[in-house]
Amino acid sequence: MPRLVSHPDEVKIVTRRFGMGAAEIDRYIELGGYESAKKCLEQGPEFIINEMKASGLRGRGGAGFPTGLKWSFVPKQSTKPKYVLVNGDESEPGTCKDHLIFLHDPHAVIEGTVIAGLAIGAKTGFIYLRGEYRYLIEIVEKAVADAYAKGFLGKNIFGSETEFQVIVQTGAGAYEVGEESALMESLEGKRGVPRIKPPFPAVVGLYGGPTVINNAETIATVPHIFAMGGAAYAAVGSERNGGTRLFGISGHVERPGVYELPMGYNLKKMIYEVAGGVRGGRQLKAVVPGGSSTPVLLPSEIDLGMDFDQVGKAGSMLGSGGVVVIDDQTCIVEFALRTISFYAHESCGWCIPCREGTDWLKKSLTRFHAGFGTMKDIDNIQYLAENMMGRTFCPLGDAAAMPTIGFVKKFRKEFEDHLNGKPCPFAKHVEVALV
Amino acid sequence: MSTESLSIFSPQLAARFDALVEKYPLRRSALIPMLLYAQDEIGYLSDAVMEEVAERIGITTLDVRNVASYYSMLRFKPVGKYNVQVCTNISCMLRGAYDIFEHLQDRLGIGHKGVTADGVFSLEEVECIGVCCWAPALQVNYDFHDDLTNEKVDDVLASYRAKARSEQAEGGSAHA
Repeated sequence: MPRLVSHPDEVKIVTRRFGMGAAEIDRYIELGGYESAKKCLEQGPEFIINEMKASGLRGRGGAGFPTGLKWSFVPKQSTKPKYVLVNGDESEPGTCKDHLIFLHDPHAVIEGTVIAGLAIGAKTGFIYLRGEYRYLIEIVEKAVADAYAKGFLGKNIFGSETEFQVIVQTGAGAYEVGEESALMESLEGKRGVPRIKPPFPAVVGLYGGPTVINNAETIATVPHIFAMGGAAYAAVGSERNGGTRLFGISGHVERPGVYELPMGYNLKKMIYEVAGGVRGGRQLKAVVPGGSSTPVLLPSEIDLGMDFDQVGKAGSMLGSGGVVVIDDQTCIVEFALRTISFYAHESCGWCIPCREGTDWLKKSLTRFHAGFGTMKDIDNIQYLAENMMGRTFCPLGDAAAMPTIGFVKKFRKEFEDHLNGKPCPFAKHVEVALV
Repeated sequence: MSTESLSIFSPQLAARFDALVEKYPLRRSALIPMLLYAQDEIGYLSDAVMEEVAERIGITTLDVRNVASYYSMLRFKPVGKYNVQVCTNISCMLRGAYDIFEHLQDRLGIGHKGVTADGVFSLEEVECIGVCCWAPALQVNYDFHDDLTNEKVDDVLASYRAKARSEQAEGGSAHA
């Protein structure tokens, strides 16, 4: 069972009810639950969207798009039904925050879905969880059933004339389905291949209707914004980055875990103070700041505020908030190989630069790590990765290319140390068995 | 489906499927959940499973096969009663996942995608399972086991072996 961790610097907003039994609906209500949805039902869509814009909340899935703005793009009038789709397909390596949200506070996700539905005028919301999260799907399904029994969902929510239905959906193993258009395809019972944009989901989405797609953490944050007020939520974070973020710190740290910290919190402090520093007194070698697709940072680059803008300026991305800490006993070539093997496995094969590029990079890096690389390979790896960028329907191609470019650029010396049949200086696992 | 008596699924699952196809704006949205739940009961996606699912949704079996082949959790061959899925992705790898995977290979005497001779265990190296902060981790069917050490892995295996034995003693062979 996932452990909960705690640190004095945490600002517990989204995690406020964690460990308090809030998966039970009566307990959730006791802790102030569903009051935000009632308030939003009374106040109406304009109020909701204004408050969301004031909160400065930006999409927690990784792209960081302002949530209030996203909701405002949905046309008021539509001949087709509108939908809310909650993305709980959490699959980005290094990311396990939604796992805890579904486990400890499933009603926050349901309540947030209702509010999103009220904002855009949708009558149906889907909560899609990855198939591996079966025990969490059961928790969310029970929470939904309880919310129906209380009259919080259904034909007349909270005794009003407004209808809102929630359907929980299971995935069956596919990273690509975490991409919003592939997610819609999957929910429509198809292979999870991406759709070309435009049209954007806000205009033509699920079943052809206008659709708002938000990450589970984003949606779980929504009820808290209405409980504390948009401006108060925004004030917790940094400039243009409202509120807090669930940072999942994993890898070589003393105290790995999911910590809720204000946006803009210093990365160095996060690693050395919050997570207790590098495990076993070793030295820090590198940090992947926001899930495996985000370019690596060197120890000299981590005196950095963790928000979308500051991490972007530092040449990486805040991504999904999965901070992966790497110590000095780790082979970066092996790490790069494991990363690209994942993307090669998960590429849906729809776009050639991604399908062929990830496979080619995997083969090159496998050969390289085994000691059969040449100097030219280092340039080729970078050249190939750079030519995948921006040439695919969805961001998976970029997600595979970006970290690879980062590793080659920042750790070129280590790549060179593997040349000419030299064994890996760290001599650990050479093969990657996944096929 | 009016041919309930001909269903290859248990009456409970057949009833669940009857409701599931009506739940969505389009019947087809039930496809992926149905395949997964059918697999949970039957063990894998046999031709008969895909034929019945296709008929229930109103699409061709080829279409079902095409979709099923996309998703990594769906399989066309039986696995062990307890399918041990070891994550070796970055967060787990940094905390010794390959040692855990090797240890499991030694203990079970099988490799990636292998099944033990008695059919109790199968082993698989999988991608990130979303428990990065409690790494290294694995899943046995749908159950998570995290913060693994070799000793803990032995305990996990022993507990499932005992479970398999007691179920065999009771004569039950229901797939978990």
